[in-house]
Amino acid sequence: METFLFELTLIFYLAATIVGIVELFKGRKITSHIMLFLVGAGFALHTANIIYRYVAAGHIPITNFHESTSFFSWSIILIFFLLQFRYKVKILSSFVMPVVLLLMLSSSMLSREIRPLSPVLQSYWLTIHTVIAFLGNAAFALAFGVGTMYLIQEHHVKSKHLGGLFARLPSLQTLDELNYRLITMGFPLLTLAIITGSLWAESAWGSFWRWDPREVWSLVSWFIYAIILHARLVAGWRGKRAAILSIAGFLTILIAFFGIKLLHKGLHVFL
Amino acid sequence: MKVLVAGLNHNTADIEVREKVAFNGSKLQEGLVELKNLPHVDEVVILSTCNRMELYAGVKDTEKASESIKTFISGFHNIDRSLLDKAIYVYDDVDAVRHIFRVASSLDSMVIGEPQILGQLKEAFEFALEKKTTGILLNKLMKKAISVAKRVRSETRIAENAVSISFAAVELARKIFTDLSAKVFMLLGAGEMAELAAKHLMSNGVKEVIVANRRYERACELAKEFSGRPVALDNFLREMVHSDIVICSTGAPNYIVVKEQMQKVMKERKQRQVFIIDISVPRNIDPKINDLDNVYLYNIDDLQGIVDENMFERKKEAEKAERIIEEEIEPFFQWLSSLDSVPTIVALREKMEKIKNDEIEKLLNRFPDLDEKQRKAIEYMASSIVNKLIHPPTIALKKDSEDRDLIVAIIKKLYDIDDEEKE
Repeated sequence: METFLFELTLIFYLAATIVGIVELFKGRKITSHIMLFLVGAGFALHTANIIYRYVAAGHIPITNFHESTSFFSWSIILIFFLLQFRYKVKILSSFVMPVVLLLMLSSSMLSREIRPLSPVLQSYWLTIHTVIAFLGNAAFALAFGVGTMYLIQEHHVKSKHLGGLFARLPSLQTLDELNYRLITMGFPLLTLAIITGSLWAESAWGSFWRWDPREVWSLVSWFIYAIILHARLVAGWRGKRAAILSIAGFLTILIAFFGIKLLHKGLHVFL
Repeated sequence: MKVLVAGLNHNTADIEVREKVAFNGSKLQEGLVELKNLPHVDEVVILSTCNRMELYAGVKDTEKASESIKTFISGFHNIDRSLLDKAIYVYDDVDAVRHIFRVASSLDSMVIGEPQILGQLKEAFEFALEKKTTGILLNKLMKKAISVAKRVRSETRIAENAVSISFAAVELARKIFTDLSAKVFMLLGAGEMAELAAKHLMSNGVKEVIVANRRYERACELAKEFSGRPVALDNFLREMVHSDIVICSTGAPNYIVVKEQMQKVMKERKQRQVFIIDISVPRNIDPKINDLDNVYLYNIDDLQGIVDENMFERKKEAEKAERIIEEEIEPFFQWLSSLDSVPTIVALREKMEKIKNDEIEKLLNRFPDLDEKQRKAIEYMASSIVNKLIHPPTIALKKDSEDRDLIVAIIKKLYDIDDEEKE
């Protein structure tokens, strides 16, 4: 049942990604509706899958790499839908769904076994720390998508060639504000994730900070996003620079999330 | 019945000729009624716009009809016949239908893809419908033309993208800013083109307008026109700090803003985006300013370049539209030719029914003693023989085959039917 839900979710996301790319190049109202439907249906199945695992395991299903990449993708789509209430940027999903699909594909290749939780992880911090961390990461993932859109649109306006995606992308101001909005959403979550992580580390291992590679890279991300916010308020760094920085910021998030897993074995080895 | 188009447009006639033959105001109704009463014209629609005057007619004899239409126009509008003959074009049959589809789809317009023509065509048709000068042919044709135009618009991108400098500027502004009505405009200097662009940009509302001019009185005048605030030209740099859209068109012979000055302005406005349109020739804004982040500078050639690109795109889309039109012509003529066989089928049936009724009557007169049941049986038999006899020719007439015209002709000859008189 759980596998079935996961595979079905994957199929819907794959279809949404393909329609999203078609939408980008041959945008018509109908493709945009189909894409949104596919994302929505996939999201519903995905939610069911997460609830199913929660009930089966008896705790939040973010305890192995399969579960965390899946939850990461789920959070991205959750925030994407929340954004649609205020900003009408459906086309953002064309840029974000490939990221979601990659996360889900890597998740699908990892062990899906539900194993008993090691005693170190059995804590209320598990839910608090991981949910906060992934919601923050999801906001940054969307900021990455918006930043990419900004750079494309900026290129059109600067180079004075208005073909391509010019007509379909939102205005520069909208994209810039959206980027800022997402980072102001992600930054406090990242800060909280680092704080709750160190509190948890203290209660599990007896020390707040152990220079574990993921801790280091999270700190790097934190500094990049802090710079974006600070420079915007003080020096008015907006637009292109903010877009480039938010793309860079998300790359450090990906390093913290994937790179470390592949290269090292730190404390976060379970995730 | 055949379709006939007679008319002239911006390509074949100057404005002097076009205004002479226009059907304005009450002339439209008079013209329709008089045309409808012409001997060779059965149905008529008049399309009269600033760029074209066209008559769409349903006729039997195209030669005679076009002659009488030309005579009518020259008489009605009191225009010299030789002048008219030079400008007028006449299409019939497939060419006429193609022309009407192209006009409706805005392929024949001065600016390809402009949207007004379809509305004008609809109005022209509705007016003719109201005055009862149309019939089965033009009703079908006009509805078809409207649906073809809609298909063209939804399946091609012929009406997308701005094809005038002012609209290109608006399109750009909308892709730089979220909401133009929350923006501050500055008009630097004045010129016809600058004012036009400003009017288009401000048509959706504006937060504030600042007008700077070398002559302060002129600034005041313009400020009144745009309900803005006049400032002296010496102060414009300070005002640029809170201006989001700047339209510049002064007569200055050199750059009035250079990169370093703009850098300072951007720093003060915290790098918020600014859109500068330099319409002046020679240019008044240093082109290097476009290299600054969040500054988008367009001069007249840049805007013209965008218009040209968009125009080129439209022409490419127009080729797709032409293909759609060719696809739609065929079904229309299929419908038209089916029309011809219907009266024949009706006439054939009527003829047979008459024979049947006559023969039954004769028989019953000869045998008055037949009872009700027997009479019914005879009537039933006669009806079923007639039905079985007409069935195959009816099917042949209805069938959509290439030689249907021939079948129609043969059946008419064989059964001695002449449906022309009935019309």
